[in-house]
Amino acid sequence: METTTKTMNMIEAINDALSIMLDRDKDVVVMGEDVGYFGGVFRATAGLQKKHGKTRVFDTPITECGIIGVAVGMGAYGLRPVPEIQFADYIYPALDQLVSEAARLRYRSAGDFIAPMTVRSPFGGGIFGGQTHSQSPEAMFTHVSGMKTIIPSSPYDAKGLLIAAIEDNDPVLFFEPKRIYNGPFSGHYDRPVEPWSKHPESAVPEGYYRIELGKANVVRAGEALTILTYGTMVHVAKTVVADCGVDAEIIDLRTLVPLDLDTIEASVKKTGRCMIIHEATRTSGFGAELSAQVQERCFYHLEAPIARVTGFDTPYPHSLEWAYFPGPVRIATALENILKD
Amino acid sequence: MVDLPDQGRNNLPPLRLHVPEPRFRPGDTADFSNVDIDAVGRLPRPDVHVAPADIHGHAYGLVRVLDLDGQAHGGWNPNLSRERLHAMLRYMMLVRAFDDRMFRAQRQGKTSFYMKSTGEEAVSIAATMALGRDDMCFPSYRQQGILIARDYPLIDMMNQIYSNRADPLKGRQLPIMYSAKDHGFFSISGNLATQYPQAVGWAMASASKGDNRISAVWCGEGSTAEGDFHSALTFAAVYNAPVIFNVVNNQWAISSFSGFAGGERTTFAARAIGYGVAGLRVDGNDALAVYAATQWAADRARTNGGPTLIEHFTYRAEGHSTSDDPSGYRAREEYAAWPLGDPVERLHTHLKLQGDWDDAARDALRGELDRLVKDTQKAAERNGILGHGMHQPFNSMFEDVFENMPGHLAEQRDQMIAEQRRKFGPEWEPN
Repeated sequence: METTTKTMNMIEAINDALSIMLDRDKDVVVMGEDVGYFGGVFRATAGLQKKHGKTRVFDTPITECGIIGVAVGMGAYGLRPVPEIQFADYIYPALDQLVSEAARLRYRSAGDFIAPMTVRSPFGGGIFGGQTHSQSPEAMFTHVSGMKTIIPSSPYDAKGLLIAAIEDNDPVLFFEPKRIYNGPFSGHYDRPVEPWSKHPESAVPEGYYRIELGKANVVRAGEALTILTYGTMVHVAKTVVADCGVDAEIIDLRTLVPLDLDTIEASVKKTGRCMIIHEATRTSGFGAELSAQVQERCFYHLEAPIARVTGFDTPYPHSLEWAYFPGPVRIATALENILKD
Repeated sequence: MVDLPDQGRNNLPPLRLHVPEPRFRPGDTADFSNVDIDAVGRLPRPDVHVAPADIHGHAYGLVRVLDLDGQAHGGWNPNLSRERLHAMLRYMMLVRAFDDRMFRAQRQGKTSFYMKSTGEEAVSIAATMALGRDDMCFPSYRQQGILIARDYPLIDMMNQIYSNRADPLKGRQLPIMYSAKDHGFFSISGNLATQYPQAVGWAMASASKGDNRISAVWCGEGSTAEGDFHSALTFAAVYNAPVIFNVVNNQWAISSFSGFAGGERTTFAARAIGYGVAGLRVDGNDALAVYAATQWAADRARTNGGPTLIEHFTYRAEGHSTSDDPSGYRAREEYAAWPLGDPVERLHTHLKLQGDWDDAARDALRGELDRLVKDTQKAAERNGILGHGMHQPFNSMFEDVFENMPGHLAEQRDQMIAEQRRKFGPEWEPN
């Protein structure tokens, strides 16, 4: 079947997914701080209120606890809310409503009530956002039973995964790497920014399509080692691997919970080496879980210790952002080490 | 150190931290003569579309219908039929009989936990009777009366309390944390006040769909301190949500008196004022006042008049739960001294004044309800009691975490089954 595509950046792809779902399902509502008339601080909801009406796309008071609590109640009524938390750094006031309520409602009520919500939230650094606009708190949520966590890395994935998330009957956290909203990021902050239009995954099919949750994407096939990563770091890893001339297999996990263990296991057994790259702080980060999973499943195939390349265990600094960021130097050093023997 | 300029405070006495203290502790004699109780009938019943600013007095006074001799007075009298009044008394007495029986069951080791609502029966029963059967209730843990007043099967409540094989919640929840969507009863959380914004979300959804159902939510005065409470009030005010906020001020949050929620300074109904929401303070031991206030708030909400906050001024007659002993933190005879009496007794007295009802009839009803509860309990116990045998299929532990079980949970389920086989022998099969 002929599918027409359109060149979109990640914001446009997310906006398109929201608009399609608002059209397809009259129970979908989009809400959050500044998402209505103004269209969101990152423009992800631009034009949606005008098109779909203000009882379906609206601004909310500045209370993340309230936004998620209200979304739980809307879900109980039968709606399918898509709340936005303006920055992932602001999600903590909503933690109880997410962890104790949304994530456990189906279980505690034995399926009597469900919380089918998709919480969108821009996350990650690299935009000089300082410690309150740069965090990557995904591991706080992957630790919670009953909640799915998705992190797209391209316009194509963002649209297909967001549509699948909205249709999912479980609560989903959809973290959007804001550094790559407008273009993939090489990790070289001192090089010119490349727009999405020069990247093949900006060719986004028009209309409805889904990408199944829980399926990783092998973005580069290779033999020398397996790199497990997601979000912004997918693009940084690709650049560094190319610059270093390493034949790495790069896996974009896309969904952290549920995790595509089959793809991970097959790749590490093939390459015998595994590097995990994420921007979040190191200790108890999602890399620790990945490392444990790989060790449990692939120990006898490993030819080198599993490597973790992450942000440091400090708050995200403002002026020293690029010294914090797990950029090309940190990754290249780790590549040299893991391929040494 | 830097020399500070003289700021004119060298001769002030030092600052003092105020830590609230209840007036009576164990060994003291409780005396509530200082509690300001409004005269019955003083507060008028305003139009349901009154501006919140025009009824600030209702947040500080006390909406009352029944005097302490059982006579109904004033504009708030809901003028209920004899049948409704008798149904109300019956439900309230049934909750009390149920509570007594289940409390005893916990003491007999048949379950892990129970929470009585003694003294607060009017707050749930009369309020529920004033709502539509299809209005959605978001209770806290002490409104078992909602289920009773909606004729939810007693045996299913008991099955839940026993976590037995007929437990609708599959043994997953602490006793009394019921869920009954088909009875308009939201799943109870153990985390406090989380249901507040949820009820607002449900009400907003109803309004956005052009429905005519409203929601009602309950929390204790202690949990009005939670951020969720204030988020909920803000959301409800912003969107004019059709929701009734009930604050059950039973004076005690486990061992902390209402002063730790700010009760020394103002009433809990007055919390509504800052949000521009209608606030009513009601004698929570007066079933007719609770009914009337709820009916007023429901009419207001259902006709796009917006939210109402109702403080039910009452007293928690028993411990917080089976896990605490109130004689360790409050004066023993406080409930007997409570100036607004007992809600069941007061409604009974009112019915006596109507004629055709007396103590003997009440005693006969009590006997009938006790037998009903006891017989139901026997039937429930045939489905099992907590800790005696395995009541739920082992696999059920891993169900309902997600709609579909992902691989990592299936893996852990298989591990659990292997553990059971190791314990019970290779022939063991998951039930």
